[in-house]
Amino acid sequence: MGTPSVLWNVAKKCFTVGVISLTVSDLFSSIVPVRGASMSPTFNPKTNSLLESLSDDRVLVEKLCLSNYKFSHGDVIVFCSPDNHKEKHIKRIVGLPGDWVGTIYDVVHIPEGHCWVEGDNLASSLDSRSFGPVPLGLVKGRVTHILWPPNRVSSVERKTSRNRVSPS
Amino acid sequence: MGEWSSRVIPIVRGLCLLYVTHKYLGTTVVTYGPSMLPTLGITGNVLLMERISTRTGKLRPGDVVFFRSPENPRRVVCKRLVGMEGDQVTYVVDPKNSDKCNAIVVQKGHVWVEGDNIYNTKDSRNFGAVPYGLVEGKAFWTLLPRKDFGSLAPKPK
Repeated sequence: MGTPSVLWNVAKKCFTVGVISLTVSDLFSSIVPVRGASMSPTFNPKTNSLLESLSDDRVLVEKLCLSNYKFSHGDVIVFCSPDNHKEKHIKRIVGLPGDWVGTIYDVVHIPEGHCWVEGDNLASSLDSRSFGPVPLGLVKGRVTHILWPPNRVSSVERKTSRNRVSPS
Repeated sequence: MGEWSSRVIPIVRGLCLLYVTHKYLGTTVVTYGPSMLPTLGITGNVLLMERISTRTGKLRPGDVVFFRSPENPRRVVCKRLVGMEGDQVTYVVDPKNSDKCNAIVVQKGHVWVEGDNIYNTKDSRNFGAVPYGLVEGKAFWTLLPRKDFGSLAPKPK
């Protein structure tokens, strides 16, 4: 008599917590680890190959921006890779729809509904310079704060470089 | 405090369960517009969309899919899946004016979509192959209008 109803109560509580936390993480904000050095020195300034997963930065990603998809130059966003929908990348928005962005070879016009993203560490970053403008529908959230490691807890500022982008 | 939370928590749990079902399992969608004639009518159909095939990668050419428009991330568009990544797709570039055809290979991580009504549709022939990450779900059942109740028709020849 005691054990099945205790088990059922525990299962119900786990289910409630799971469903509510899934909804909150999808609609409000979630915490994500940053892999790789493409956003150095903003995230992961030191690449430590021995203890990588422990020393990776953890950032707070807010999802409220997905209600109207309005972003600004310099926002750091999380988006699904256009080449592989299972991978997510974290990069900075350099160009918005209608902008003209200068790359080494030519000047690219950002079409409607797309954005141009680049990593802060241009030497080792796979970004729009390789796969072109990214549709805004692939954006999954905006990075607002660094939460780990404790000595670098801060908010993530917008950084713009006016010399390469001419607005629409 | 105790009885307040015992009334609010089931409500919150129910709403969150509705959201999780809508986002991860499936939902009903209202469509409108002429781009999928004769499969879907102009005045609107109510369809059931499921998201499980998208997540498990079981989409096949011929499925009617919903995806976020590459031109406007706030709009969800309904078209028929014609080619998966690696497929070779042949399409008529401008059916109203000429018979010129073009053949492309769908790039990695993308899908090629076309409306059934090729004379009045904006699809991959206009905005190119769509990244798979934009695909929301697959339509598998028509609820309204009553005469179309049932699974969706395959692509008309």
